[in-house]
Amino acid sequence: MRTVALAAGQAVGTPAVNITIFVVFVLITLGIVLTVSRNNRTAADYYAGGRAFSGRQNGIAISGDYLSAASFLGIAGAIAINGYDGFLYSIGFLVAWLVALLLVAELLRNTGKFTMADVLSFRLRQAPVRTAAAISTLAVSLFYLLAQMAGAGGLVNLLLGVEGTAAQNITIAVVGVLMIVYVLVGGMKGTTWVQIIKAVLLILGASLMTAWVLAKVGLNLSTLFQHAVDANPKDAPLARDAVLNPGLKYGLDNLTKIDYISLSIALVLGTAGLPHVLMRFYTVPSAKEARKSVIWAIWLIGLFYLFSLVLGFGAMWLVGPKTILAAPGKANSAAPLLAYELGGTLLLGLISAVAFATILAVVAGLTITASASFAHDVYSNVIKKGQVNPDDEVKVARITALVIGALAVVGGIYAKDQNIAFLVALAFAVAASANLPTILYSLFWKRFNTRGAVWSIYGGLISSIGLIAFSPVVSGNGAKSMITDPSVDFHWFPLSNPGIVSVPLAFFLGWLGTMLSKESNPEKYAEMEVRALTGAGAEKAVSH
Amino acid sequence: MSTTPDARTGGHGSSYEQVQASAEFAQLRTRFRRFVFPMTAIFLTWYFLYVILAAFAPSFMSTKLFGNINIGLVIGLGQFLSTFIITTLYARWADRHFDPAAERLRAEVEGGAA
Repeated sequence: MRTVALAAGQAVGTPAVNITIFVVFVLITLGIVLTVSRNNRTAADYYAGGRAFSGRQNGIAISGDYLSAASFLGIAGAIAINGYDGFLYSIGFLVAWLVALLLVAELLRNTGKFTMADVLSFRLRQAPVRTAAAISTLAVSLFYLLAQMAGAGGLVNLLLGVEGTAAQNITIAVVGVLMIVYVLVGGMKGTTWVQIIKAVLLILGASLMTAWVLAKVGLNLSTLFQHAVDANPKDAPLARDAVLNPGLKYGLDNLTKIDYISLSIALVLGTAGLPHVLMRFYTVPSAKEARKSVIWAIWLIGLFYLFSLVLGFGAMWLVGPKTILAAPGKANSAAPLLAYELGGTLLLGLISAVAFATILAVVAGLTITASASFAHDVYSNVIKKGQVNPDDEVKVARITALVIGALAVVGGIYAKDQNIAFLVALAFAVAASANLPTILYSLFWKRFNTRGAVWSIYGGLISSIGLIAFSPVVSGNGAKSMITDPSVDFHWFPLSNPGIVSVPLAFFLGWLGTMLSKESNPEKYAEMEVRALTGAGAEKAVSH
Repeated sequence: MSTTPDARTGGHGSSYEQVQASAEFAQLRTRFRRFVFPMTAIFLTWYFLYVILAAFAPSFMSTKLFGNINIGLVIGLGQFLSTFIITTLYARWADRHFDPAAERLRAEVEGGAA
């Protein structure tokens, strides 16, 4: 067995190989982005790729968008460190897709145009609802972006052997600039192709490593678990096979158990409220294709999480939790370290390129979503009250993309070393609180009105972000908090995920606001309901 | 509000409201909700049952069935299986029972609006 000895500031593998493989990926994808974006003319091209992707293509792109650094680096890392409790994340992330499949995807495709706010404001008053929806879209997307950029930072640490230096910040900036180029040049079409390519590479890479690990244990999962148990330090306070059981991270006391339930609520209800996921449903020509996309996505994502289980325990066995935690990038480095252990420099280079591609593709998807929301919802429909030339709207979207890219770079530099799966879970909590209640109410509840929507969105947004700010995630938990200085402690909310409070609160506020307002628009509701279920009058694909 | 099936072709008021009030549409909506709501209830119950077992019954979940494979892992993988099954059931149901009816109504609405 190769031994991985890692000191801070020491690279794994050969940085030259890692960089070369990554540059090749960038050149290939840039070429594709340039080719496919020649036909980008209208707003529908820029935001929705002309609605011309097939269900299968979009399904692969969705999995590329969803299997972010959190899934690839975060879950494998969480399993490698916490065993079974890391696996819990992937289950929530997967089951959540059923909400999207059964309740949201098709109805949303039939009633909206480019953004989540299109659906939310369909039968409500445009200005307040669009503004609220755009603010929550920007908040969720920025949270998610931060998590991805944190992943980029950790990865750079590991692969280039730089830590806390200008070189690392430059690399994060390079990721940011590339992402902006993809978005500005390629629009949704270019972004989608980057996501498709990345999804294929990611799933191939993960399946190769999974097969490799399984081959080492004669395809016997039980043997793999035994090796993983044996790799744990003997002086562990818990039973040595505790990594196979739930509870290592979340079973310590009643508080962590409630925290775990809170996390689970956020995970299962968050997906169908993620604006960048919702926006992908507009890139296909019909609701039927939107359904097909979700079905493809569920199979690919499910398969990938099954691989992650093997990769996580594989990393626990072959790399060992101590080495992983000592590496720059900590838990996030489990998958790359496993790749190095299995296939040496070349496999490490390939897997790292895939990880970078992952970050690039997801960040591009988030940027286009946030920029579309600002340009389409705020600029075009609220500030200009719909009286705007689509070309100007797209121009505003491009400028917004630049600003968001810059924010992502700055955020990435500050958010290194956080576990990405954990950060993304917070984005899920905000999405589940601020977005999902209003989406469901507006699709299914006839009585729902503007006050209900505005209360629910702002209530969910403020409570989820506020509770995170006053939770041990931000302060008061020593090295595990964002503010590591123990003298700064302003936390009073005991849980690290706000979902158990903020999600029910947002549902309640949506109901209360609705009941306290007399507004009702049966005519628009009729149009929305008929469109949602039959697809009559839904946006068509652009033909060139 | 009229509920006669052919009211939607009438030219007064919103044709969407007339479609919405038609028996055919009511049937489509009932059919849709009768599938997706119970299915949602089932998978959410099953998911939270798993979550609560993992949180509050770790010794049950840690019971080994064979080798190092314990109940927690089997139920966890069961969540994957149930997700795949519900996805397939929904796809099949939508193809056979929902799309044809929705397609018919859509043609009528779009034909009537033109």
